[in-house]
Amino acid sequence: MKKPTANFKRCWILSTLLLSAFTFIGRRAIASPPEKTTEKEELLVLPGEVGRRGERLVVSLRGEPKTLNPLISVDTPSREVIGTMQADLVHINRATQLTEPALAKSWKISPDGLRYTLVLRRGLKFSDGYPMDADDVLFTFRLYLDEKVHAPQRDLLIFDGKPVSLQKVDSHTIVFQLPKPYGVMERMFDGWAILPRHLLEKPYEEGKIAQVGALTTPPNQWAGLGPFRLKEYVAGQRLVLERNPYYWKTDAKGNRLPYLDELVFLFVPSADAQVLRFQSGETGVISRLGAENFSVLARDQKDYAMVDAGPGLEYNFLFFNLNDLGEKAPPEMIQKQKWFRDLKFRQAVSSAVDREAIVRLVYQGRGAALWGLVTPGNRRWADEKLPHPPRSLEKARELLKEAGFSWGVPGNGDSWLQDSNGKPVEFSIIAQSSSSERSKMAALIQDDLKQLGMRVQVVPLESRSLLNRVTQTKQYDACVLGAASYDADPNSDINVWLSSGGLHLWNPSQAHPATPWEAEIDRLINEQMYASTFEQRKKLYDRAQEVLAENQPMIFLVSPNILAGAKNTIGNFHPAVLEPYVFWNVEQLYLKNGTENAAR
Amino acid sequence: MKMQRALTRWLLALGALHGTVVCAGFFAPYDPAVQNRMYPYLPPMRVHLVDTQGHLHARPFVYQPKLRVGSFDQYEEDITDPRPVKFLPSGDYYRLLGFLSCRRHLFGAKNARIYLLGTDAYGRDQLSRLLFGGQVSLVAGLLGAGITLLIGMCIGAVAGYFGGWRDTLLMRLAELFMALPWLYLLFAIRAFLPLAVSPLKAFFLIIVVIGTVGWARPARLVRGVVLSAKERDFVRAARGFGATNGYLLRRHILPETSSVLLTQAAILIPQYVLAEMTLSFLGLGVPEPVPSWGNLLSSLQQYSVLISHWWMYLPAVAIVPFYLGYLGLASSLHERGAAYKIESRILGNLT
Repeated sequence: MKKPTANFKRCWILSTLLLSAFTFIGRRAIASPPEKTTEKEELLVLPGEVGRRGERLVVSLRGEPKTLNPLISVDTPSREVIGTMQADLVHINRATQLTEPALAKSWKISPDGLRYTLVLRRGLKFSDGYPMDADDVLFTFRLYLDEKVHAPQRDLLIFDGKPVSLQKVDSHTIVFQLPKPYGVMERMFDGWAILPRHLLEKPYEEGKIAQVGALTTPPNQWAGLGPFRLKEYVAGQRLVLERNPYYWKTDAKGNRLPYLDELVFLFVPSADAQVLRFQSGETGVISRLGAENFSVLARDQKDYAMVDAGPGLEYNFLFFNLNDLGEKAPPEMIQKQKWFRDLKFRQAVSSAVDREAIVRLVYQGRGAALWGLVTPGNRRWADEKLPHPPRSLEKARELLKEAGFSWGVPGNGDSWLQDSNGKPVEFSIIAQSSSSERSKMAALIQDDLKQLGMRVQVVPLESRSLLNRVTQTKQYDACVLGAASYDADPNSDINVWLSSGGLHLWNPSQAHPATPWEAEIDRLINEQMYASTFEQRKKLYDRAQEVLAENQPMIFLVSPNILAGAKNTIGNFHPAVLEPYVFWNVEQLYLKNGTENAAR
Repeated sequence: MKMQRALTRWLLALGALHGTVVCAGFFAPYDPAVQNRMYPYLPPMRVHLVDTQGHLHARPFVYQPKLRVGSFDQYEEDITDPRPVKFLPSGDYYRLLGFLSCRRHLFGAKNARIYLLGTDAYGRDQLSRLLFGGQVSLVAGLLGAGITLLIGMCIGAVAGYFGGWRDTLLMRLAELFMALPWLYLLFAIRAFLPLAVSPLKAFFLIIVVIGTVGWARPARLVRGVVLSAKERDFVRAARGFGATNGYLLRRHILPETSSVLLTQAAILIPQYVLAEMTLSFLGLGVPEPVPSWGNLLSSLQQYSVLISHWWMYLPAVAIVPFYLGYLGLASSLHERGAAYKIESRILGNLT
């Protein structure tokens, strides 16, 4: 197999992982912060509703975080927690989807697009009171770039095999030197947590960096630049964070954020149990909700309000096995792949799928029908010219007829589709058994295709074995799956787009593009990555979306809305469609009347 | 006599219940797999005789449902749109008793669909699914019990009649089977099968697994009866006259086990229906869109369905009359068996 390109790796990270935040641990005992005269703090003033200090907020987390260490975290609960404890240089505002200053108060790009000069805020301090300066940034990126650390984000900093280099100009100015102009570098700063050198240098030198950041770390040995810091961890039950008194943001009236004194994460493994906890008032906020649970909660809103933030960045799709299975493939599979490779067959399937019914029946109307990978929730990048053909069984039948399929009538009144060799069209669709939404989609598609005379079986599979079949053994016919972009920027889905990408699901990790249109997409995506203006990138990306829609390797189905809810007492609750959906403004969340006393 | 009457009553009741399920195609208004995507989770429709103006109608009617404004799962009756109920209309094709192609249904509605027990997540008629689902569940129970009793009878008879090492071996095997965690066994078997199993194969797989796993208990009961029967005077006499083992078993000993086997059947059938429901509930049974009581209930695994749509519980209620019927039958059979034994003993003493 060809070594994955830098592009592929870059996207690999972006979509599989986080854009969150980061932290570290020191094993030594921490002395009190140096008593040096502090320079004037340059705090970031946030607009918006002014809240009230104090209280604690209890929320549930789908699972126990594996680590607090941003260098090794990959799971969602860890990302969610780390996001509230760490901060980045430049941040993407989840409401506007645009970049804005964070730890860096300003940045400049050289005319050739190769040098990014970032100026840090003055007077920044970690949550343990240690000052933060350019050396921490240099140290942080040294860690991310060190191969031995195995940071999952590392590949994002490598361009055509060459890493980004950093130079310190003075204690508050850093220059990032890129080997190649890169259109979205400033967006890429989002999620790179700046780590405390004073805590991590020693474990790093001892080669123990991967072991730091366990949840059992004593609170005084862990620090970050985020709004909250570690207070207590009870295994299997909860993680308690407390307010970071050194946080670098204030509200419009100059009160230092965050408002909350404590943020408690309860570990609640199932979605239904989370709903029950929220309903009983034990937790104050709920997110990542399914539409059915949302309407259950919406039905009796008294103490809480439910928010439908509109279509998010999750896209669900059906795809066929287009892998080159070689000579050892069973003849039956070769036969099936002959249908799947036929563009008209895929177009017919797409034309027969009732997307509106999926929106209505699976998401109770809380979703948007989808014809491309970029969801309507991604306002800047969705291609408005992309055709949205309505469902048409007639058109589907016509396409099948053109492709040489015909209908046989075996006596019992039903007619079955058969190919030009007289073989009945029969295949199975695998779907995640853990996702009732995707199983339902598959069942609806099964019925849609039955009307074309295709005999489809739906096979619910446990997620891991499903992914194993799709990416490793390739023993499947068709699959219903979903994915979510972590950022609105196209590059977060690069490993779906590129033929060399691991999430190019219908035929992943190709050495060479298998078809001319895949080669075309590869070219467009690579070009947009290095194009310098938004307009150029948008044009290229739109074209890529069109090529994908013309060739239908993925039959896009629907994008669900981001659904969340919070108690009425919680102020500044504005769920966004980008992760983290409800905690992107956690520093501004506050409790109105001091009524929240839920968890122990 | 009283006993006999009770037995007849139970048999009649069960016959009626099974008849309804066997003729599901006739009693069900629609094809159980047909989706009506306009009405997911529609609550059971009410049949009216009096309209909103207070007029009495000779023919019962239903109002077309419509979505409440701004909602996707709350319905209300559209009182401007009454649809009369039709009896014996022609509708979807079905096969009566598995081979007679028919289109006649017990009832339907003119230019509309009538959902007496509401619909499921895909807008499929819950009544039709319940009736057709009963076919799968009950046949699985009956066939499974048949297999169990056949195996149990053979093994029990061999162990009891021949005794010795055969008895020891078979009874230890029975104990092993009783200790088997059959649910996990089934998970394991399913994992070895190909990805997509057709509904028919899945159905027979369930029956075979349920049937073969439960033989131990009936085998032990049969063995006990055989042990006592083979020492009875008439058996000894027959043996004295030179009867072969096969003849003795067939003619004298196995008939003695009939009351035990019948009682066991009446107990096992509802248990096996329940077993099929459990397996389908867990997704190991017949695949969608074929209904069975178990996979009809599987949507209740979701909290939102559990608390929002009460008519999704109905398949669980459907098993109750069957269970009661079979248990009643079992106790009647048991009593009859006991009485028969006493009777024969008294008669035996007199002669």
